[in-house]
Amino acid sequence: MRYSGEMHSTIPPLAMTAFTATSAMGTGLAATRAALHARRGGLAPCDLPGMPEGIWVGRVPGLEDVALPEGLRRFDCRNHRLAELGLAQDGFAAAAEAAAARFGAQRVAVVMGTSTSGIAETEAAYAKRDGDGALPPEFDFAHTHDLYALPRYVRARLGLRGPAVAISTACTSGARSFLEAQSMIAAGLCDAAVVGGVDTLCRMTLHGFNSLELLSKAACRPCAADRDGISIGEAAGFALLMRLEDAPPGSVALLGAGASADGHHMSSPHPEGLGAVAAMRDALAAAGDLPVDYINMHGTGTRANDAMEGNAVRALFGDRVPCSSTKGWTGHTLGASGALEAVISAICVADGLVPGCLGVELPDPGFGVDVAVENRRAPVRRVLSNSFGFGGSNCALVIGQA
Amino acid sequence: MRCGIVGVGLLGPGLPGWAASQAVLTGEAPWEPGPVALPPPAALPPTERRRTSAAVRLALAVAAEASAASGLAPESLETVFASSNGDGAVVGSILEALSTPGGAISPTQFHNSVHNAAAGYWGIAVGSMRPSVSLGGYDDSFPAGLLQAVAAVVARRVPVLFCCYDAPLTAPLDARRMTEGVFGVGFVLVPEDAPVALSVEMADRAEPASAGALGPLMAGNPAARALPLLQALAAGRAERIGLPLLDGGAVVLGVEPGLS
Repeated sequence: MRYSGEMHSTIPPLAMTAFTATSAMGTGLAATRAALHARRGGLAPCDLPGMPEGIWVGRVPGLEDVALPEGLRRFDCRNHRLAELGLAQDGFAAAAEAAAARFGAQRVAVVMGTSTSGIAETEAAYAKRDGDGALPPEFDFAHTHDLYALPRYVRARLGLRGPAVAISTACTSGARSFLEAQSMIAAGLCDAAVVGGVDTLCRMTLHGFNSLELLSKAACRPCAADRDGISIGEAAGFALLMRLEDAPPGSVALLGAGASADGHHMSSPHPEGLGAVAAMRDALAAAGDLPVDYINMHGTGTRANDAMEGNAVRALFGDRVPCSSTKGWTGHTLGASGALEAVISAICVADGLVPGCLGVELPDPGFGVDVAVENRRAPVRRVLSNSFGFGGSNCALVIGQA
Repeated sequence: MRCGIVGVGLLGPGLPGWAASQAVLTGEAPWEPGPVALPPPAALPPTERRRTSAAVRLALAVAAEASAASGLAPESLETVFASSNGDGAVVGSILEALSTPGGAISPTQFHNSVHNAAAGYWGIAVGSMRPSVSLGGYDDSFPAGLLQAVAAVVARRVPVLFCCYDAPLTAPLDARRMTEGVFGVGFVLVPEDAPVALSVEMADRAEPASAGALGPLMAGNPAARALPLLQALAAGRAERIGLPLLDGGAVVLGVEPGLS
C-alpha cells in the first residue's frame, strides 16, 4: 500500500453559488456588509437572564419573534430560530431549492457545524424539573438539543434528501463543514452541499468560558496589546457549494481547505502554533499556493490564543499579509464562526476590503505581523480564514476568485 | 465509494474486543452481556488520564485496538469520531451545575464537554497532528460517520481511523434519550487493496439489516448499528447491509472478503 502521509492537494475547488450570514452585526449580507464598511459592531452588554455578570455578547436581535414553518414546529428552539432567520435571507433557501431541482434533492447534502445545538432548551427544562426530578413532558431532546437536529431542520426546511451530518469540532465546526462537503463532492456522494454553522447564546457556553476566566468585561478587542478576553456571540452562516463547472462564471469559491490537530492539550493551543501552521499550510497548498491578500484570523481576543495565532501567521507570512479578526463586530460565534467568517471573507473579496480590527488602538507588537486596525481598500483576490478550537482542532479555508 | 478495511476494534456488553468476540459474532458462542471494562488510556499522561470519562475511555480503547491491528502508525491516521451523545456524563454534570445558584461550572468539565473531546484525547495520546473530525447523528451516527470516513479515504487517498461510540446520558436526560450500555467500534479504512473490501453507497431505501441474536444490543445503542457489518466481517462472508436513515434514504454497505 502506498500512502503519502500528507493531505493531497488534488481536491478541486468548489463554487459558493449562494451564501448568507446573520450575526449581531447584521441580518443578511447587506446589513453585514454595511456594518463592516461603517465599522459598526454588534456587541453590547449581556441582557439575557442567568448569565455571568458584567459581560458583553453578540446577540442577534429578534430571535424571540421568529416562528418556524408549519410542520417543523417541534424543532422550535433558539438555535433553529436563528437557522430559520439565516436561511430566509439573501434568497438562500430558493438557491438551495433550485440546486435540488437541478441535481436531484437526494444529490444535495447538508453539512452543518454546531458546538451546542439547542442545549438552551435542556437548560430551561432542567430548571422546570418536577418533584421527582423528571423533565417537563413538552421537552423534545431529539429535535432541539441533539446535534443532528440542526442538519435535520435545515434539510427538511430546504426540501433536500441528500446525506445529512452534524459536525461538532468545537470552534472549528463551521469551517470544517466546508472541508467535509468538499470530500463528499469529490468522492461522488453528492453534487452540491448546503454547508455552514449555527450556534446560539446559552448558559453552558457563557458560564463555561467564564469558568476559564476568558471573558472580556467589554467588547472584545482581538489582537490588541491590551486585549482581555472573548465576547461570545451567536450566528448563522450558510453557503451552497458545487463544482466550478456547475456554477456561473465568476462565482467566489472555496479554493482550498486544510485541517490539523494539535495533539497537545484540550484547551490550550500549542504555544508555537504548530497545528495552526499545519492547517494553514494545507489549505494554502490545496489552493495551489497562490498568494493571499488578507488573513481573517480566528482572533478571539484571549491573551494566549491570539499570541499563538500571531506566531503562526508570522512563521508563514512574516508581516507581508494584512490580517485582522472580525470578532470585534460579532463576538466569537463558536461553531458558527468558521462559516460566518467564510462569508465575511467572500464579502472582502467582492468589495476589495481588509476590515481593520474594531476598537484596537495598539496591536500587540509581539505578533510581528501586519494587523489592520482601520479598514483598507485593496484588491483582495484570496482570503485565508482561520478557525481553532478546544480539543486541539484547527481548520483553515482559502476563499477567493476561482 | 470503495475502500479497504485493515483493522477493527470493538467493545460492548459481552464483546470484550474484536479478536475476543469472534465466536459470539459468528454465533458459535452464546452472547452473554455483562459489565464492560473500560481501561484508562495508558498512552495519556497521568493528569490527562485521570480526567477521562467512560465515553472517552470507550472511544480510545476501540481506536487503539483498530489502529494496532492495522499495523499503521496511529499518529499517521486521519480520524473521524462519530457519537450521538458525546460525553453525556460531563454534559449532565454541567447541566446540574448550571441549575445551582450562581451556576458556576468546572473549567475542566467545560473543555471536556465538547463533542470532539475523545478525538482531542486521542490526538494527545498518540501524538497526532493529522486532521480529525467529530460528528453527531442521533440514531444515524454510525452510517453518517462511516459515510464521512469513507468519503475522506476516497477523496484524499489517505488511511482513516473511524471510531463510533456511545454511552448513556445521565438522569434525568436519559429518560428522554435511551441509550443502553456502552458500545464502541473502530475501523481503519484504507484507499487501496486490503483483505476486506467495503463499498458504501446511498440509496433511496433499503431493507434494514438484522443483528440476529445481538438484535437487542443493536436496538439499544446507536453505535451498535455496526453489528451486522461486524458479524459479516467475523464470518468472512460477502454481505449487503442496509442501514435506513431517520428521515428517509439509506446507507448500503457491501462487504467483499477474501481479496488478499
